[in-house]
Amino acid sequence: MAAAQRRSPLLVGISTALVLLWVVVAAFPFLWTLWGSFKVQADFFSLADWRNAWTGTFTTEQTGAAFTGQGYEGAWIQEEFWRAALNTMIVVVSVVVISLTLGTLGGYALARSGFRYTFWLLMIALVFRAMPHITLVSGYLLPFFEWNVWGHLPTAIIVLVAINQPFTLWMLHSFFLNIPKDLDESAMVDGCTRFQAFRHVIVPVMWPGVITTGLFSFLLAYNDFAVTAMLLSQQNQTMIPKIASFLGSTQQEGNVMFAVAAVVSATAPLFVLILFFQRQIVSGLTSGAVKG
Amino acid sequence: MKHRTFFWFILPSLSAMILFIALPVGSVFIQSLHVEHEQVLRVVENCGPFGCAEETIVDREATAELRENQPLGRFAGVSNYLDRNHLAVAELRSMWERSDSFADFARRAMTLPFWRALAFTLTFTFVVTPLVIVLGLAIALGVNSLPRLFRGPTIFVSLLPMIVTPLIGSLILFWMVDSRGVLGSSLQILMGDPDLSLKASPVLTWIMLMVYGVWSSAPFAFIVFYAGLQTVPEEPMEAAMIDGASRWQRVRYVVIPHLMPLAVFITLMQLMDNFRVFEPIVGFQAQANATSLSYNIYNYLRGDAAQFGAAATTSMLTIFGIVVLLTPVLIRTWRDFNRKRT
Repeated sequence: MAAAQRRSPLLVGISTALVLLWVVVAAFPFLWTLWGSFKVQADFFSLADWRNAWTGTFTTEQTGAAFTGQGYEGAWIQEEFWRAALNTMIVVVSVVVISLTLGTLGGYALARSGFRYTFWLLMIALVFRAMPHITLVSGYLLPFFEWNVWGHLPTAIIVLVAINQPFTLWMLHSFFLNIPKDLDESAMVDGCTRFQAFRHVIVPVMWPGVITTGLFSFLLAYNDFAVTAMLLSQQNQTMIPKIASFLGSTQQEGNVMFAVAAVVSATAPLFVLILFFQRQIVSGLTSGAVKG
Repeated sequence: MKHRTFFWFILPSLSAMILFIALPVGSVFIQSLHVEHEQVLRVVENCGPFGCAEETIVDREATAELRENQPLGRFAGVSNYLDRNHLAVAELRSMWERSDSFADFARRAMTLPFWRALAFTLTFTFVVTPLVIVLGLAIALGVNSLPRLFRGPTIFVSLLPMIVTPLIGSLILFWMVDSRGVLGSSLQILMGDPDLSLKASPVLTWIMLMVYGVWSSAPFAFIVFYAGLQTVPEEPMEAAMIDGASRWQRVRYVVIPHLMPLAVFITLMQLMDNFRVFEPIVGFQAQANATSLSYNIYNYLRGDAAQFGAAATTSMLTIFGIVVLLTPVLIRTWRDFNRKRT
């Protein structure tokens, strides 16, 4: 744009400084924690001097090298964090697959039906979406205790799928609205039933929207604390409640470093996710906005 | 689409929502009308060498049996809603009578768990939401004037605080602002106060939690605004420039009106998400100075003696709050929908 050349240097300076400041604020905590996770507690929480975390004085003293994997070893092997990681994987994959299956069918129906109840269903879904998860959890606990289903992975999976539905429906609904109606209607004129039209005409073209929605389902399941912390028993815990339980026993020397290492380990998959799917995440965040 | 086909398509999704969202709300409502059984007391006569004495003891077996048979507890009507842990009507009235000024009354009311949590939740929601919008817009405008080469990496870095698990994000910040952490000790040096601890003072704790809230939500507003900026129409921009509008005037009269619908969308999402603030309080271990409605529910449910009645009552009040918060949006959407149909 022509305006770019005529902008005053002062304004460019200020806006660049602001962006630079934001980048530091956004990234520094992660870099710092990643760096610190390879130190001992006395360095990460430097009682004497914060520069210790940089130079690793105590780490060198205690382990003989400037970096140590003690935190990771303690978390993954001693505290069996791998079990939690495995549980997280099971939960997340199941939640994404199931909620996308239900969500595409429902979202497609909502996008193609113009009746008044469609609107009400969407509005109810919006209210459900706004409901804090912990309020629902307080409704689950007692019945789940009574039916003896508390603590198992399938229970948490099915609950997360249900909690995820309102969001999935909204997102896929607005995505299917963008696929022209003529496509499936012409298939139906040719003699397909509604489901055949969906199966053979819509399914092949829906993948971009499904992948974007899937990413957000993944994030919801992966980031959940309220449901997994309250509904899973000790040995079925996923990563996030496991990290919270590390914090309970901070008194022991070195235990905080286990938590730091676990936190870095749990952030790594998210980092990779952004690396590969940045474009889809951005488009997903904005697709809801465009529809209003 | 025919009603019948629609029904079969939506059935799986709808039944999941009815079973695990609508029914639990019903179950929460029923629970909120019950309280835990009191311990069963029994009077026994103890006869020793010095005569007999009556003694009241707890009948453990009978208590356990009663709790086993009626896990809901005993019916209590609306008393849960009015008790000290929730609306605390009686306590508020007596406080109002005893306190000499409004500030005094507010200070006393902050000792009641529900009002304390509500105060923090509302403050958090209504401070963080506008700050997120302003900061997001500022960053979006800044990034938009960067050379194209730098935009991708900036967006990548910005997504981190938003996408990271809330509990993890708050822990990462918490370890840094700890009085032994890098930011905490730097602040101590800057302020010249070696005992400064962000955890000790309620005001600083509230500020810390809100800074976390802005840090983790600003990227969302930034991304949405940034995408909106890409679609600002060229013609009004050029027309404004030809008319001699300064850069600020162009932002104020062309760009911001264009972004208004997006701001409404962000406000809606932020209100919903900030109202359920919960994980940061666990992560920052701030429960001594700040509790939210969601945290209260979590606290009632935790531990060996879960108070289902109290948790359910707080949940009902929270849901009521959400509905009040969303009503304006729902009405507006209803009007839009009707306009589109006709």
